[in-house]
Amino acid sequence: MISVQGLSKSYGQTEAVRDLSFTVNKGEVVGFLGPNGAGKSTTMRILSGYLPADTGEVRIAGFDVFTQSVKARSRIGYLPENVPLYPEMRVGEYLSYRAALKGVRSRRVAEKVEDALQLCGLPHVRRQLIGTLSKGYRQRVGLADALVNEPDILILDEPTIGLDPEQIREVRTLIKGLATRHTILLSSHILSEVEMTCSRVLILNKGRIIANGTPSQLRDRTGLSLSNPVRLEAMVPDPAEAAKSLAKLPGIDSARVLGSTGGWSTFEIIPSGNDPRCALFEESVRRGWKLRELSARESSLEEIFTSFVSGRSIEPENAGSTANQSGEARP
Amino acid sequence: MRVFWILWKREVGSSFKTPMAWVILFFLLLVTGFNFYAGVSVLNHGPTEVTVVESFFNTIFFWFPFLLLFPLLTMRLYSEEYRSGTVEPLMTALVRDTQVVLAKFFGVLFLYAVLWLPTALYFVIFWLQTRLTAAGATGAYFGAYLLLLLMGMFYLALGCLCSSLTRHQITAAVTTLALISLFFLTGLLTFLSGSVGTLMQGITVTISPIEQMTQFSRGIIDTRPIVWYLVMTGLCLFFTLHSFQSRRWRK
Repeated sequence: MISVQGLSKSYGQTEAVRDLSFTVNKGEVVGFLGPNGAGKSTTMRILSGYLPADTGEVRIAGFDVFTQSVKARSRIGYLPENVPLYPEMRVGEYLSYRAALKGVRSRRVAEKVEDALQLCGLPHVRRQLIGTLSKGYRQRVGLADALVNEPDILILDEPTIGLDPEQIREVRTLIKGLATRHTILLSSHILSEVEMTCSRVLILNKGRIIANGTPSQLRDRTGLSLSNPVRLEAMVPDPAEAAKSLAKLPGIDSARVLGSTGGWSTFEIIPSGNDPRCALFEESVRRGWKLRELSARESSLEEIFTSFVSGRSIEPENAGSTANQSGEARP
Repeated sequence: MRVFWILWKREVGSSFKTPMAWVILFFLLLVTGFNFYAGVSVLNHGPTEVTVVESFFNTIFFWFPFLLLFPLLTMRLYSEEYRSGTVEPLMTALVRDTQVVLAKFFGVLFLYAVLWLPTALYFVIFWLQTRLTAAGATGAYFGAYLLLLLMGMFYLALGCLCSSLTRHQITAAVTTLALISLFFLTGLLTFLSGSVGTLMQGITVTISPIEQMTQFSRGIIDTRPIVWYLVMTGLCLFFTLHSFQSRRWRK
């Protein structure tokens, strides 16, 4: 649905986006992740047809955004960063105006606006002035605007920025609901958000894609999960002795007692290679320990992200190889 | 054409939904009302050489609010869209730059016309009260309001251009006022040169509103200013379009 090839854009001396290539397939929810100033908004502005690129090609549903701009734009619902709206207009009135501008036929405008209002939970504020709405509601109006002409593709720039946790949850649920009918590209610098809503993540830094894959693929690639500690909580007669014997097991680097309360002891076990959980379970059974918890902490996207951005990842040449992979994924 | 009307309706609707248009209308009618009163009360002192219409359109009480109107009406048109970022959703809808420029211009022109329309009531009231016409001939009403419209077109287009160049409303307003004053004050150059039939006089007749209004409010309609204002309006809108499009290549 979205295909970007060799996209570059600079503002004066500053290079915002450098030779960016990626594709988003129909039905995917792709997260654009990167620190502030990584080039997320610039890329999205180019995709939405607002800014032209210096070089490169962008195709939306097969239409070139520069030469067939209007056709390409008609397939996109775009939510710009910070959701600019006209404060003097009423919610319903604004959505009708937007629907008409996006080419919805006059007699279908009312119906489409009603659908968008329902979907975004806005019917009760339809008569309210946009200027009097809270940030959360403004965000929903922006989303309703992006949805009102039922585009195939949604481009959402920081859809949850500046919202309180409750509102973030609401918007996230909304986006998840939309994922069944739309192809979505959303940007964020909040990692948990991307992890929860997206099927694929593109990590951007300094205008380039430095990683591309599902959250679990990215985890594997950094190799962070291998060294993550395992937590074990069991009822053992002698915690110190137990820790020593656990550390001697194959595939385990070290083990230490984190604490003991009411007979239950918690251990932190650092594996030396593969996942040691099966071995730990068997050992517990053999020694007749009652087991309450056995878990390996998965590295969060947060750690993956930092490792990619700071270049601490296990394969330092990652930047090049992931860019190539994104290239090969192109149809 | 459909997109133009949608945009135009929003422009006009928005002007009347904010207090701005109403405040301007109130003060404009207050000042011009006083201006009309002054013009009529002159008649109490005996016969005069100028008609009520002539005196209405040729005083400081007419020109002062007239000039102040343009920066107030046009400063927000583009600057506000740039500043608040609403230009982004606007230009990612199925809209062309030309449609935006024309809709904004005709929207503000409509507002301008609505602001001046009530002043015609003064002359109706005058006729109802005195059974006398306020002008020597009907052509004087037509001439005065035609010139008001033509001047409005040019100065509003100039205001559009200034607003399209900056995201700061105040900068737009100051630039508009300065440029309009420049055109307006060229009329005073005749007082310096003084001579009739010179090149300077030819120029001032074409571009000086004061000279033109004296003629038009007598019902003498000169085609030179008409062409001048139409051409300049077109030129300003052309530059506005290019300035608006410059966001695409500006660094």
